[in-house]
Amino acid sequence: MTMYSEKTPDDALVLYGQSFASRLLLGSSRYPSPGVLQAAVKLAQPAMLTASLRRQNLQAGEAAPNTFWALLAELNVPVLPNTAGCHSLQEVITTAQMAREVFGTPWLKLELIGDDYTLQPDTLNLVDAASRLIKDGFQVLPYCTEDLVLCQRLVDVGCQALMPWAAPIGTGKGPLNPYALRTLRSRLDVPLLVDAGLGLPSHACQVMEWGFDGVLLNTAVALAQDPVRMAGAFADATRAGRAAFLSGVMPEHDSAQPSTPVLGTPFWHQA
Amino acid sequence: MMTSTIKVMINGSTFELPATATLADAVALLPLKPPFAAAINLQFIPNTAYHHTPLHDADQIDLIAPVTGG
Repeated sequence: MTMYSEKTPDDALVLYGQSFASRLLLGSSRYPSPGVLQAAVKLAQPAMLTASLRRQNLQAGEAAPNTFWALLAELNVPVLPNTAGCHSLQEVITTAQMAREVFGTPWLKLELIGDDYTLQPDTLNLVDAASRLIKDGFQVLPYCTEDLVLCQRLVDVGCQALMPWAAPIGTGKGPLNPYALRTLRSRLDVPLLVDAGLGLPSHACQVMEWGFDGVLLNTAVALAQDPVRMAGAFADATRAGRAAFLSGVMPEHDSAQPSTPVLGTPFWHQA
Repeated sequence: MMTSTIKVMINGSTFELPATATLADAVALLPLKPPFAAAINLQFIPNTAYHHTPLHDADQIDLIAPVTGG
């Protein structure tokens, strides 16, 4: 396996030239309450927090202040806006431009959905979308499948990091195609963040052990019975997996290898 | 003959506005709290352009705000 070779001395996650102390990115949706989200973020200290955009309710009379916006300001974690729900190139581009104005950031989690049942990315149009957005100044983190050629094309058009899925969004199934994910890791030398489908801290640890550079998850934390504790568990698992990868994993053997020295074994006799 | 009003869709609801209305006029009528962003007919309109963006009959306007997301 190729070791990703641009590790900084403090092993920061580097995306588009910007360093992040954490390799865990969190989504902000589906938590039981804003207070739980806030506590989870404070404990896990994610590198970024994803957010989205939706139509304002115009039927509510006097509009209430946007409490989520106030919470984002209080948390002071870099925001990663997404284009969730977009099904066409034009929807993605317009949503991205609106997100940049609202959130004041060029970061973008590019989501272009091709199938509503699996929420699988539209792999046939994703590269074109990424290319246009990068030319427009966005720092694009494309949510993609683990398809090697798709990912190569995304890198070719300027994506400096990719976010392949482990499994469909919100399923919690963990990595469904380890072979393809590990192939991707071995063939591409850009940061790869596994996004979507992780359900357990061990899933996060597993992909980090394979050399992925980070994980992004939402539902696995938000729908846990104790989301705050689970956020901490994912943060620990992500760090553990990274440390294991950097430590160099022992080679597997098909046969047993005694760990206690054989030489001098008492009562030894030849069978 | 020019009609004196136009009908536009804003976030899926119909609004009747003067034929001379701009996007700034429409935004001023609505109970909006910043931050928000606007698009007309799926084209992003920067907030610096609201005052000189005329509206037309049957325009589809989207006004969006930050929400949680994954």
